[in-house]
Amino acid sequence: MLKVRDLGVSFATNDGTVNAVNGVSFDLERGRTLGIVGESGSGKSQLAFAIMGLLAKNGTARGSAKFDDVELIDAPQAVLNQMRANKIAMVFQDPMTSLNPYMRVADQMAEGLIHHKGLSKAQALAECVRMLDAVKIPDARGRIRLYPHEFSGGMRQRVMIAMSLLCKPDLLIADEPTTALDVTVQAQIMRLLGDLQRDFGMATILITHDLGVIAGFCREVIVMYGGQVMEQAPVEPFFVAPSHPYSRGLLHALPRVDQEGGELSSIPGSPPNMTRAVKGCPFEPRCGYAGDDCKAGLSPLTEYLQGRWRSCNRSVEELT
Amino acid sequence: MALSTIDMGALQARLAALDEVRGRSLWADARKRFARNKAAVAGLVMLSFCLLFAIFGQALSPYTYDYTDFTIMGHAAELGAPSWAKGYYFGVDDLGRDLFARTAMGTRISLLVGVVAAVIAVVVGTLYGAVSGYVGGRVDSAMMRIVDILMAVPFMFVVILLLVIFGKSLIVLFMGIGLLSWLGMARIVRGQTLVLKGREFIEAARASGVSSWRIILRHIVPNLLGIVAVYATLLIPEMILTESFISFLGLGVQEPQTSLGELISEGAKTIRYGTLWQLGFPMAFFILTMFGFYFVGDGLRDALDPKDR
Amino acid sequence: MLTYIVKRLFVAVPTLLILIVISFLLMHAAPGGPFTQEKQVPAAILANLNAKYGLDQPMWRQLLSYVWGIVVHFDFGPSFIYKDRTVNEIIAQGFPVTLYYGMIAFLVAVVGGVALGVVAAIFQNSWVDYIAVGVSIGAQVLPNFVMAPLLVLVFTLWLGWLPGGGWNGGQWQYVIMPVIAMATAYLASIARIMRSSMLEVLTSNHIRTARAKGLPTWKVILRHALKPALIPVLSYLGPTFVSMITGSVVVDMYFSTGGIGKAFVDSALNRDYSVMMGVTLLVGALTIAFNLLVDVLYAWIDPKIRY
Repeated sequence: MLKVRDLGVSFATNDGTVNAVNGVSFDLERGRTLGIVGESGSGKSQLAFAIMGLLAKNGTARGSAKFDDVELIDAPQAVLNQMRANKIAMVFQDPMTSLNPYMRVADQMAEGLIHHKGLSKAQALAECVRMLDAVKIPDARGRIRLYPHEFSGGMRQRVMIAMSLLCKPDLLIADEPTTALDVTVQAQIMRLLGDLQRDFGMATILITHDLGVIAGFCREVIVMYGGQVMEQAPVEPFFVAPSHPYSRGLLHALPRVDQEGGELSSIPGSPPNMTRAVKGCPFEPRCGYAGDDCKAGLSPLTEYLQGRWRSCNRSVEELT
Repeated sequence: MALSTIDMGALQARLAALDEVRGRSLWADARKRFARNKAAVAGLVMLSFCLLFAIFGQALSPYTYDYTDFTIMGHAAELGAPSWAKGYYFGVDDLGRDLFARTAMGTRISLLVGVVAAVIAVVVGTLYGAVSGYVGGRVDSAMMRIVDILMAVPFMFVVILLLVIFGKSLIVLFMGIGLLSWLGMARIVRGQTLVLKGREFIEAARASGVSSWRIILRHIVPNLLGIVAVYATLLIPEMILTESFISFLGLGVQEPQTSLGELISEGAKTIRYGTLWQLGFPMAFFILTMFGFYFVGDGLRDALDPKDR
Repeated sequence: MLTYIVKRLFVAVPTLLILIVISFLLMHAAPGGPFTQEKQVPAAILANLNAKYGLDQPMWRQLLSYVWGIVVHFDFGPSFIYKDRTVNEIIAQGFPVTLYYGMIAFLVAVVGGVALGVVAAIFQNSWVDYIAVGVSIGAQVLPNFVMAPLLVLVFTLWLGWLPGGGWNGGQWQYVIMPVIAMATAYLASIARIMRSSMLEVLTSNHIRTARAKGLPTWKVILRHALKPALIPVLSYLGPTFVSMITGSVVVDMYFSTGGIGKAFVDSALNRDYSVMMGVTLLVGALTIAFNLLVDVLYAWIDPKIRY
């Protein structure tokens, strides 16, 4: 359904060109759930924006992203608008700023339906109420006339999710949907997303920095660092045996309930300066296994086991 | 686990070898951005030119601003055109006086009124706003309510009223314009003070027992300088505009002194007789001055609070 | 919403009263009364004049009767200079003219400025934008007393298309130059504010959401961007309106429109305080009313403000 090939995103800034995403490729079949995990600045959100055509004005995308064989990169606005909300929907990180504070929830939700499906105002509203019920907003019919600031954070995110599913898209991209929420609410939202995914059957790309969220929701995971894909694998084998130094660092950094004492381990160093184009591996400065060859070049994403891909100059055996 | 085999020493060394990001101070940053802004630099050039003209213009002219050439008076259309030979570089006004010298004086007075009035407005407004914002609570509400009420007063009319009541002197002009223009500054400063008040270094000062007055004067006011500088620079052209407006009506600067507004007024009256220089030169300097201040003011605002557009 | 309006009214009324009191006090702070000017008036006659205009009463009495007269009878008192005319008459003669072209100029400035700003923002960095910004910057430094003679120079003296002054009952040829002179600088400022505000709104998250819904650009702008972008412009409208009205004084003078401008300037030169007061108060009241309108518009745009 979605074929991304060699996708790159760069931004022209006063301090030079920032290459947020470099050569990302992956496939996504209908109804599957994919998680994209990485630190802030790894390019994961920009990847999603590039697919939707929502990059900022100073951003350019290169490469290809085909949805049902329709090219999305640099597509004309008419093509993109046809896709958006209709076929591919997106849920953003901060529901308070992502919802229009000046419009009633009813109007914001209904306008997509009215525009894409040609429903009348009344029909659209009925559908919206139904969807709000589905995301478990109490008293949906009464609440729908309210403004966003009259909802709590968790409820706002539910509204956003409901809004995105109205046109029954084939793909839902959720960009850090729980990051701005309390931990308890996070769990609720993720459970909701899981239920909806099962009920509606849409493919989902979940973008997050939180490995725990991935574990509970996704079938497959992509690990990004410095704008590139470091590892791609089905979720369970990934957690059992990550095959990339960075992935290992991430998993090792997770504090565990069943282990005692000691300091929290972390990956030394800091995220890369994205204004510098890197020839070799972006993780090299912080990698304990790096050799001289890692500065010069990085081996491309290769399938070393069935369904498992990695991009590293060291072989899996060398990491143990 | 495998990570224990990592050579931490080598890793640390490699990290240390990476470039560090050098810190830049706010003002150096702002100066750089300002210098990069072509319009702002152009504005600075314009202002410098006007300032130099205002200060040295009189010296360059063979005539004083009030010397009346009786041979030309009344015949300005035929005889009063700008002429290098006669020394009337900008021509002559309707009463036979050298326009070059008069424009220089006009620029001088206008700039003076603009700056002095702006200074008054800034001082009063900043203190008022800082105190109101810092003290907060009901005092703040009351003080701001007073500002709201005063803002509804059509101050131009009141200034004119003051001029009529207390006589049309320059001092009344400064004071009148300045005293009625501090309101906007007070609002802005109060808003900024509220933001600053919440910052930790103010809490620290208070916790160390520093008196409120000292906090306001030594901690809050210096941090307001940026925003005050920007708005002061944008306030000056408004002051000049107000003064020009009042002088245009004949209620401002009195003969034989003159300001740009007065000159424009006089020049505007005589255009039907073809003495376009009488309007043109003062207008040119007025526009140049205004542009200068606007560009510099905008440049300052962008330099101190950049929004990449 | 209604409670909000009522609350604002509660603030507006005392403001107006305070304005009246301040004006009155200023008026009486003047050294010498309106009759002690050029001619040397004999004491007895002075006493009579003072008695006739109620100037010999104690201050508080005068204040009270002044306020009463305005609030109850809408009567601003007699003119001190024109013995047979009241302030009301003088104002009634000139004010409609000023209000007429003032309103037109205001609408031109607001609608034109907003439109220009929106267009410039949508086509940012294109030639449309550069022209719009250039024009705004240029026109900003052309206040009405600069525009007025320029317009007359071009359109009356050089081209002969338009009359250089007069009113003629408000025929468009007589209205157009005053309107342009008044509106130009404000149109430019509003355009700049609108442009920068719109640019900022267009980068906000909820616009991104609107675009993610697949709405066409024009819908995104009109339904999602325009309202919030107007907020800074609204703040500017109050002072703009006041400026315009005070600026009309110049336009009235220069174009001889017969508006209150001339009456005001004359009264200033002749120390006719009651006329000056009357005009000042009228403008003040208009300002207060206008600010109320702006506040209501704020509340209409931003639902968070309503409470």
